[in-house]
Amino acid sequence: MTTLTINGKPRQIDLPEDTPLLWALRDHLGLTGTKFGCGMSLCGACTVHVDGEPTRACVTPVSSVVGKNIVTIEAIDQDAIGQKVQDAWLALGVPQCGYCQSGQIMAATALLQHNPNPSDADIDKAMSGNICRCGTYQRIRAAIKQAAGSKESNS
Amino acid sequence: MNKTIDHAELTAENEISIVNISRRGFLKDFALSGFVLAAGLPALTWADETATPTAQDKYGADAMPHGWVDNPLVFVAIADDGTVTIICHRSEMGQGVRTSLPMVVADELEANWLHVKVEQAPGNEVRFGNQDTDGSRSMRHFFMPMRRVGAAARQMLESAAAAQWQVPVHEVHAELHRVIHPATGRSLGYGDLAQAAAKLPVPARESLRLKTPADFRYIGKGQVGIYDGRDIVRGLGQYGIDTRLKDMLYAVVARPPVFGGKVASYDAKDALKVPGVIKVIELPSSPPPAEFNPLGGVAVIASNTWAAIQGRKALKIEWNKGPHGNYDSVVYKTELEAAARKPGKVVRNESDVEAALKTAAKRVEAEYYAPHLAQAPMEPPAATARIVNGHCEIWACTQAPQLSHDQVAKWLKLPAEKVTVHVTLLGGGFGRKSKPDYVIEAALLSKAMHGKPVKVTWTREDDLHHSYFHTVSVERLEAGLDDQGKPIAWLHRTVAPTISSTFGPDSKHQMPVELGMGVINVPYAIANLRIENPEAEAHTRIGWFRSVSNIPHAFAIQSFVAELAAAAGRDHKDFLLELIGLPRRIDPRTLGDNWNHGESPELYPIDTGRLRLVTETVADKAGWGLELPKGRGLGIAAHYSFVTYIAVVVEVAVSEDGILSIPCIDVAVDCGPQVNPERIRSQIEGACIMGVSLATLGEISFKDGAVVQDNFHQYQLTRMDDAPREIRVHLLPTTEFDTPLGGVGEPAVPPIAPALCNAIFAATGQRIRQLPIREQLRKN
Ligand code: FES
Ligand code: FES
Repeated sequence: MTTLTINGKPRQIDLPEDTPLLWALRDHLGLTGTKFGCGMSLCGACTVHVDGEPTRACVTPVSSVVGKNIVTIEAIDQDAIGQKVQDAWLALGVPQCGYCQSGQIMAATALLQHNPNPSDADIDKAMSGNICRCGTYQRIRAAIKQAAGSKESNS
Repeated sequence: MNKTIDHAELTAENEISIVNISRRGFLKDFALSGFVLAAGLPALTWADETATPTAQDKYGADAMPHGWVDNPLVFVAIADDGTVTIICHRSEMGQGVRTSLPMVVADELEANWLHVKVEQAPGNEVRFGNQDTDGSRSMRHFFMPMRRVGAAARQMLESAAAAQWQVPVHEVHAELHRVIHPATGRSLGYGDLAQAAAKLPVPARESLRLKTPADFRYIGKGQVGIYDGRDIVRGLGQYGIDTRLKDMLYAVVARPPVFGGKVASYDAKDALKVPGVIKVIELPSSPPPAEFNPLGGVAVIASNTWAAIQGRKALKIEWNKGPHGNYDSVVYKTELEAAARKPGKVVRNESDVEAALKTAAKRVEAEYYAPHLAQAPMEPPAATARIVNGHCEIWACTQAPQLSHDQVAKWLKLPAEKVTVHVTLLGGGFGRKSKPDYVIEAALLSKAMHGKPVKVTWTREDDLHHSYFHTVSVERLEAGLDDQGKPIAWLHRTVAPTISSTFGPDSKHQMPVELGMGVINVPYAIANLRIENPEAEAHTRIGWFRSVSNIPHAFAIQSFVAELAAAAGRDHKDFLLELIGLPRRIDPRTLGDNWNHGESPELYPIDTGRLRLVTETVADKAGWGLELPKGRGLGIAAHYSFVTYIAVVVEVAVSEDGILSIPCIDVAVDCGPQVNPERIRSQIEGACIMGVSLATLGEISFKDGAVVQDNFHQYQLTRMDDAPREIRVHLLPTTEFDTPLGGVGEPAVPPIAPALCNAIFAATGQRIRQLPIREQLRKN
């Protein structure tokens, strides 16, 4: 038995310790918001936060995140910045199929948590690990800026 | 464990939110009786070689399998609390159909969108009309039926209110979820009227009073948010890969690496030792043609996806490669080129090209190559099946719910009514998920596991190795210019393996559907013109990819027009407009195109005036003709497909080292009436990215019969840092809703690659004739 802290709660799993966090989340804990896109840290669909850092769950063995604070898309609205990102996503109609958007939102939230006013170059750097096959990049960029702006105006 | 109920636990307990029509509230008796008012005739299928005007006397939705249905009792249910449930029968894959089609119903129904719920129809075309979600057809074919659905339901509510108040029906009207009698100030909510309304007859189609566009509340406005948006941003959207059923097993399949191959022998000993692996099952391969048949191979069943993947790695399999074991993209390209340099089957001929070429003041020729592509939707194919009491239920991200249904029934030898296909959200489709091979796999594996729920997940490697690939092509063009630089001769040879090879004996020739995608129906006013289609043999499963054969055809033709303009010393935009010629409405049949995207040639002629207008508009918006700094350039392309007119200007910047960036793309779109302009814009933006992606990076290649690219490090897709920095979509204004609609999902893809390559030429003088561009511009 391994105990992981996911979205602030202890969750127990009984899996070989090299099992990637992605499959523990999806198949054992039913947290299917974290998506599978490549399994090789190439697409960002599986992005979660581990101690606040955007992390590819598909290449993260469960054994490596024991005792760490894991946040998934299902709980990102509990973070004020996460919520602003979600709101901006909806206001600008970012999603098309939506499949990559969990990972995009997790990456964007982490970016804004670390850097409240990212430049275009910062956004490129933080977001280029996340593929969107539907091609929503322009709106993602705009939504990040909107979320950053709304954070400012509210503070 | 913990007390808080999060979505995960809810999902696990409730399994999945299954569309259950009998559970729906209000018009439920009617919904269940479900009489169908109309059904169309079977359509020409992809593999149909006989697209002639006499064979096809139905067009549009009428010509699709099971046509359309406009019965409000099939699509609308109203609960006592006023909640209006609207069925969406087309698959949501990012185009916004679960928003846009119900929004059309809601508008005519005078429903308040805030009180509208959308439910996804299972695969059942007799009941709902055609559900094949491809061909950029959903809105084009269902705008009017969905308007009638909403109007009929509205009139039933109005009649019910009038009867209750005992006033003539023309004295009442529906307004935002209520029916009002202005004379007396009385009003009733939809929830109060639904019972009585449900007992009334459905008004005859001729008696329907459709709104005038001035009264539209949502149509044409674009203010309605994406229906599934809230779920998506919270990670709660249910895609095919997310299905979870009680006691579900997880499967991955090792498929023959070479198309047409099969398992020679395998050893599962080590696989079965992997913790979590439950069983290893051989799946049969099928003889050609490929159709929608699963590829066969060896399946690993496990208690979770990861264990199944690990189990598959531990399998030892010997494969028989079969007849395509030598397929090699490098060799094949030279074969296509050789074919393109010799005469082939003539598919259109006007006057005398040979003679005109001989007398031309200048001759220009060029060959263009476009490789195989994989659709690579972000969600790879996935499907879940279970069989309970001889009834097979499927949950799948499918563009083809009815086809999936029929194929499962066929493979499991079940009667039609013993199969139900639930359609989940699709994490992208792009044509891949029109082919239900993966759905059949799930059904076969559930059967092998005695009906237990089995989810088959495709890894990215599976997706790239076993797509139904976009074709690979060489397009060879030759033209003659007169002494004024005006084209007088045009010879185009198009060579590409055909989609029809997937469905029957390989004719080695493109079928009318493929030729009608921008090659045969080129609307240019050139006196001497011949189009030939030499043979090409298929060595893999050829399928459709967003915008299909328009991609190579537009790439070649729109690049070649730029080359001709350069040879003539003319401005490309002016030259292109001259080639398009004066505004005229061309019957596509006179161009040898009897297919016309399945639409009526009378309703949908090729309108060169519209092609001109998008071209002029985009040139204007992009600042065509202005001086640009060194290393910058604009390129233009215009292409008509899916009965929509698109012109694009791409701006590029190419550094001294040959590093390409794309500051801006302008796109002008004339798709006829715009039902949901907001989602149209998002589709066009996405198409620009996909076009850039395939032009700069996209390539699937084969070696020793198998796909070379395993994952996104090799099959690269455009990422944010290389995406166009700005995409400006210019929708040509339309106010009329009585002109026919054009397609939206696909037609912006084809002109991107040529506009990009034309811009590169403008910036650098380097002409790209082989896709993808990849490192071709690099200086060191
Ligand atoms: S699934 Fe983890 S990065 Fe792609
Ligand atoms: S929205 Fe479909 S992959 Fe990004």
